[in-house]
Amino acid sequence: MLLGPALAVSGVLFAVGVLGVLLRRNAIVIFMCVELMLNAANLAFVAFAQQLGVAGQIFVFFVMAVAAAEAAVGLAIILAVYRHRQTVDLQNINLLKG
Amino acid sequence: MDGTLVIFWAFAALAVMSALACITRRSAVASALWLVVTLFSLAALFVLLDAQFIAVLQVLVYAGAIMVLFLFVIMLLNLGRAGPTDLKGPLGLGVGVLLAGLLLVQLLVLRQASPVAGGPARPALEQGMIPSVARPLFTAYLVPFEITSVLLLAAIVGAVVLAKRKL
Amino acid sequence: MPLPPLTLLWVVPALPLAGFVVNGALALAAPGAKRAVSLVGVGVLVLAFAAAALAVLELAQLHPSAPLVVGYWDWLPVGDLQVAFALQLDQLSAVMILVVTGVGALIHVFSAGYMHDDPGYARYFAYLNLFVFFMLTLVLGASFPVMFVGWEGVGLCSYLLIGFWFTEQINADAGKKAFIVNRIGDFGFLVAMLLIFWYTGSLDFGTVFPKAATTFGAGGPVITAITLFLFLGCTGKSAQIPLYIWLPDAMQGPTPVSALIHAATMVTAGVYLVVRCGALFVLSPVGSATVAGVGALTALFAATIALKQWDIKRVLAYSTVSQLGYMFLGVGTGAYAAGIFHLTTHAFFKALLFLGSGSVIHAMHRAYHATHAHEDAQDMRNMGGLARYMPWTATLMWIATLAIAGIPPLAGFFSKDEILGAAFAQGAGRPVWYVFWGMGLAAALLTAFYMTRLMLYTFHGRNRTGDREREQLHEAPPLMTAPLVVLGILTVLGGALNIPPLFGGGARLAHWLAPVTAAALAPTAEASPATEWALVAAAVLVAALGIVGAFRLLKPETLAPARLAPPERGLGRLLWKKWYVDELYDAILVRPVLWLSREVLWKVVDMRLVDGLLVNGTAAASRALGWVGSRLQTGEVGVYVVLFVVGVLAVVGAVVR
Repeated sequence: MLLGPALAVSGVLFAVGVLGVLLRRNAIVIFMCVELMLNAANLAFVAFAQQLGVAGQIFVFFVMAVAAAEAAVGLAIILAVYRHRQTVDLQNINLLKG
Repeated sequence: MDGTLVIFWAFAALAVMSALACITRRSAVASALWLVVTLFSLAALFVLLDAQFIAVLQVLVYAGAIMVLFLFVIMLLNLGRAGPTDLKGPLGLGVGVLLAGLLLVQLLVLRQASPVAGGPARPALEQGMIPSVARPLFTAYLVPFEITSVLLLAAIVGAVVLAKRKL
Repeated sequence: MPLPPLTLLWVVPALPLAGFVVNGALALAAPGAKRAVSLVGVGVLVLAFAAAALAVLELAQLHPSAPLVVGYWDWLPVGDLQVAFALQLDQLSAVMILVVTGVGALIHVFSAGYMHDDPGYARYFAYLNLFVFFMLTLVLGASFPVMFVGWEGVGLCSYLLIGFWFTEQINADAGKKAFIVNRIGDFGFLVAMLLIFWYTGSLDFGTVFPKAATTFGAGGPVITAITLFLFLGCTGKSAQIPLYIWLPDAMQGPTPVSALIHAATMVTAGVYLVVRCGALFVLSPVGSATVAGVGALTALFAATIALKQWDIKRVLAYSTVSQLGYMFLGVGTGAYAAGIFHLTTHAFFKALLFLGSGSVIHAMHRAYHATHAHEDAQDMRNMGGLARYMPWTATLMWIATLAIAGIPPLAGFFSKDEILGAAFAQGAGRPVWYVFWGMGLAAALLTAFYMTRLMLYTFHGRNRTGDREREQLHEAPPLMTAPLVVLGILTVLGGALNIPPLFGGGARLAHWLAPVTAAALAPTAEASPATEWALVAAAVLVAALGIVGAFRLLKPETLAPARLAPPERGLGRLLWKKWYVDELYDAILVRPVLWLSREVLWKVVDMRLVDGLLVNGTAAASRALGWVGSRLQTGEVGVYVVLFVVGVLAVVGAVVR
């Protein structure tokens, strides 16, 4: 019964997260927007789990674990980059230019 | 059921508002804190969707650990102050809004397509409780569970190595 | 142990092929081994003749009414098209293989003497052997494709041998001209083959010919088209109007080549084709009439040109074209036996004429070589009175001249007369055939005249070669003279092959060929004996008139040596210049094609379209795309993220659809 609205909210949150990723230049804030996207997905899973069984919630469990690991490593990377370039502004980090 | 719906929409609105606030603040700390608000609202939504254990985990792990980590790093890098705006220029703004809008449209269309299965109107009361989540975790999903622990180990090691000043 | 008949038929063409392989190897490895080359080159031909004779004997004992086919392997099994590599022997092929190997062997012997001092001796015999192989494949083939292999192969060998001394531009050009003009004819042959396959579903002689009467409506457009296209191939290979132009130029090759290929064998392939496809030509009166008409016209036309040629070989070349015209006139009337008879007798006396001229040229070359002069050894104006120095050659060539003129009882008389008689008999039903007969008769007059002219200028009267050269002139060595003698005997006796009933003979050749020519056109009216005797008398009269006229009208004592000769005028000039046909073709066909090739195909299509647009254009497009791609490599993560999202949109969009 709450599935439809929940999915709508999930979609909106996901789109907001994408918007944030596209609009911001600060690497950490972009990372936070990625987390927002992950949470939107979690919401969708949980909404489906209400109808289709507990497997959805198990999935959310694992997503959270992975998100935690990813956050740790990602922030470590940002720290390492900051040490080299003294900035986390994405426009100044163009080592990939080939 | 009206009450549930009202509460649902209230928290949903809160979640969306704080998400929008999160992506538009100049200060990184402010963004982080608004994100915490979003996570809390989502936890409330989880409770409404009969995922009580997950809701608690959300608060403990996501809002409580991951966001704290974010704030630590922000503080470490001294990014807390509101600096000059780091939003992209008008071209970037336009492109971003366009793409995100398209994505939203596509997701909403998809939503129409997904069959909202008839299942029981209200599932068993204990669905979201700890035993019903834990039991599958230790039986059907045991292998992913164990592998997750290895994953966490790898993440720890990786983070430590990356963040060290000298190897 | 009784083998199925003719299992060893393959030996006949295989022997010259083996000769080609061995001589070819010798040409590459040990070109100086002349004795080995002679032994192999001549030997395989003699053996091939023996094998052919044995095969024909076997055939004669069996008296088959249909060709005996020996299949060897499946060559082209492609769906509806089933072509096997098979050879067949019937009475017609029997005649052909005997002529090819017999006359061929004699010419090989002659060549051993004629070409002895040439550095390309081994290569020469290799090509000559290869030619015989292909010619035998042509006449022994049991289906159109096998015959076509031989057809093309002889064209190839003709090119190789005409341009044998290819270091001279004019020789190479002559070879090219022959090959290219032949290809035009081959196109006709191919179209005819396609049509035949389309309508009958097969290309085997044994299937097509029995079916022909029921498959094609008699006189209908399809069969007429087929016969006309086949005849186009014949005009190319057998040098008739409009594709005869290569044969005079082909005289640039060694003289024995001219004798073998361009007199006795290859050029007769067209006649063989018409007789072989008699079942088809019978169904199309228009086709047959075209064959006869073109033949008659060519006979007359070429004879006029021969009147004013000074190169001894050119005279003989146009004579060949003219005599081939006679053969086509014969087979066009449906008198297939008469056409083949003339083919055989012509092989004898024309080979004799060419080889004789070869002896003459050999002697003239020797003489000029000894005195270091640079005169033309083939120009009759430089000859004269050679009978004194080359009695054997002169005598034998006179025999051949009388034969070709049609003086009884030599071979040419019987065959030519039969053809003219058949043409006249057709006239009773359709008057146009009287015109053909008339052209043939006129050509006979001219033939006698120009051949006598040749003999007069070459062998009689005062010698114009030069005082110092005269001492060097002498008869050809026995190796070269012996084949001439054999051919001379054949020329004299050859008429016995097919003496018609009018003279009390048994018409043996006609009877021998009866199973093959059974479906021939019957003359619309049998000429009465009185008419026949009248025709005979007319022919002999005309021949005698030509000879006597030449003696009376020509004044060899007024001739100057070639270098000093005055230029031709008026009608003489027109004939000498071959009615300007080559120049006409050049203006109408050659120049436009060259212009098209240079201006359009090269400058526009090749340079602009292919090089510019396709090759360089593709490169430029690649470079442009690359430039676009490189713009994407900004190294900025923000840009990459945008692209990432675009990709996601695309994927989700695909799912949404």
